[in-house]
Amino acid sequence: MRYTYYPGCSLESAAKAYDISLRTVFRLLGHELNELEDWNCCGSTAYTSVAETTALAVCARNLALAEQQGVDLVAPCSACYTVLNKTDQFLREQPELRSKVAEALGEAGLSYKGNLRIRHPLDVLMNDVGLDAIALKTTQRLEGVKVAPYYGCQIVRPERSFDDREVPMLLDEMLSSLGATVVDYAMKVRCCGGMLMTTVDDVALKLCSELLQCAVDSGADVIATTCPLCQINLEAYQDQINRRFKTKIRIPVVFFTQLLGLALGASRAEVALDSQLIPFEPALAPLAEAVHV
Amino acid sequence: MATAVAVEGVGRMETAEHELRRAFLAEVEEIPGGKRISRCLQCGTCTGSCPVSYAMDLSPRELIARFRAGDIQSILSSRTIWICASCYSCTTRCPAGIKVTDIIYALKRMALARGIRPSRYPTFAVAESFLDQVNRYGRMNEPRFMLGFYRRAGFGRAFKAMPMAVRMFFKGRIGIKASRIKGLDSLRKIMRRAEQLEIGVEHEVTGEIAPVGYGVVAARPPRAFPAASARTQA
Repeated sequence: MRYTYYPGCSLESAAKAYDISLRTVFRLLGHELNELEDWNCCGSTAYTSVAETTALAVCARNLALAEQQGVDLVAPCSACYTVLNKTDQFLREQPELRSKVAEALGEAGLSYKGNLRIRHPLDVLMNDVGLDAIALKTTQRLEGVKVAPYYGCQIVRPERSFDDREVPMLLDEMLSSLGATVVDYAMKVRCCGGMLMTTVDDVALKLCSELLQCAVDSGADVIATTCPLCQINLEAYQDQINRRFKTKIRIPVVFFTQLLGLALGASRAEVALDSQLIPFEPALAPLAEAVHV
Repeated sequence: MATAVAVEGVGRMETAEHELRRAFLAEVEEIPGGKRISRCLQCGTCTGSCPVSYAMDLSPRELIARFRAGDIQSILSSRTIWICASCYSCTTRCPAGIKVTDIIYALKRMALARGIRPSRYPTFAVAESFLDQVNRYGRMNEPRFMLGFYRRAGFGRAFKAMPMAVRMFFKGRIGIKASRIKGLDSLRKIMRRAEQLEIGVEHEVTGEIAPVGYGVVAARPPRAFPAASARTQA
């Protein structure tokens, strides 16, 4: 299958590993990801907080460009995924906003008709590619790796979700089909705090500490995320969390595509293992020899 | 002296509050299903589902009650709207189908447009720095965005983040070079036209005109942030 790919700003820097491993996974599975030519920022939640019509118009430029490609758009960043989908929904349901945004897009000779599906790679990998096809290409089963799947807020909420909103299972299913031990983990859709880590860190540090502790207590050796912001919040602030809450948490946090890539036989570099702040070799001990390519 | 006007279904309220109400209802109108706010049961599912309600001065349930009681001014000066992390738990679970998260976004817009910039809750700095990035490059460059944030919110905050930033840098996770999109001119045209069509541009509130030209981050006079309500943190 062919897809248009919308990396989003985070995947250009802090979440490079997500970009690299996602491209690897699609290549190994034989599906095409074509980066959307000249995409712009989705506007994120920050733009919505300031000016609604402008936020929608900024985002709609991407929708208009992607629609011309005629295939589904894949957005791995949870925030981009939600903002792109919400923009599409607002434009379909609010005729007044639709005409304003159409007028704004018209300034650049663009138009959006509303014939685009915006999808998360987890949805595509589970529902288009399927576990059978993934199993056929799996060369390194993740036997013995204990994973806490973390979905975060934005891909199962708020609106049209491809999985259950309260107890999503697709990532659990994918990881266990790869041979990993998926731990039972009560906080898989609990919020990590998002941008609060920047604005009101007292609150975000508490949320992250609860999440991390829950994963550790459930017996996980690694957390698999689907979102760049969750990944940073959960991985990069563990020192601060430990100091503040007098804990000794140290658990690697990876993108689910990094684990999937390893299972499909990718090398360390092909899933950007070296960009982790907390090395996750200890979690991979059960398959140590095979990973050191 | 505060003037008052009669408002149908609500009674008499101060002119300032009346204007806020008009502006708020215009915002709500733009949210798909936004009018369901009138169906609120005051059941408190939103507050119970919210992972950060413990840190708010007004709970999400109380926020809707205050709007009904004709007290939007107290909502705009609460810390609640800045504490919301936009996780949509409330929206997902509301039995009346109220889009609580989107309503809080509308309130954030109203507060920012009225120059409310609380230094302890610097969402305004995130928003302005972010818009600045989109306007300059069409994309957000993370390190430049953070610099812009610290410039507005105070460099004291940067201090805590330094050790982490250094480690990120050595892992190649900080891309200094901003990638500028080729269609920046056309994106700016889209933004300028959209700004002219914002509802904020039409309504005039408490004698001030809501600022125009968000995309270029119009200079707004900083205004003292009203003290959060007396209720203390639970």
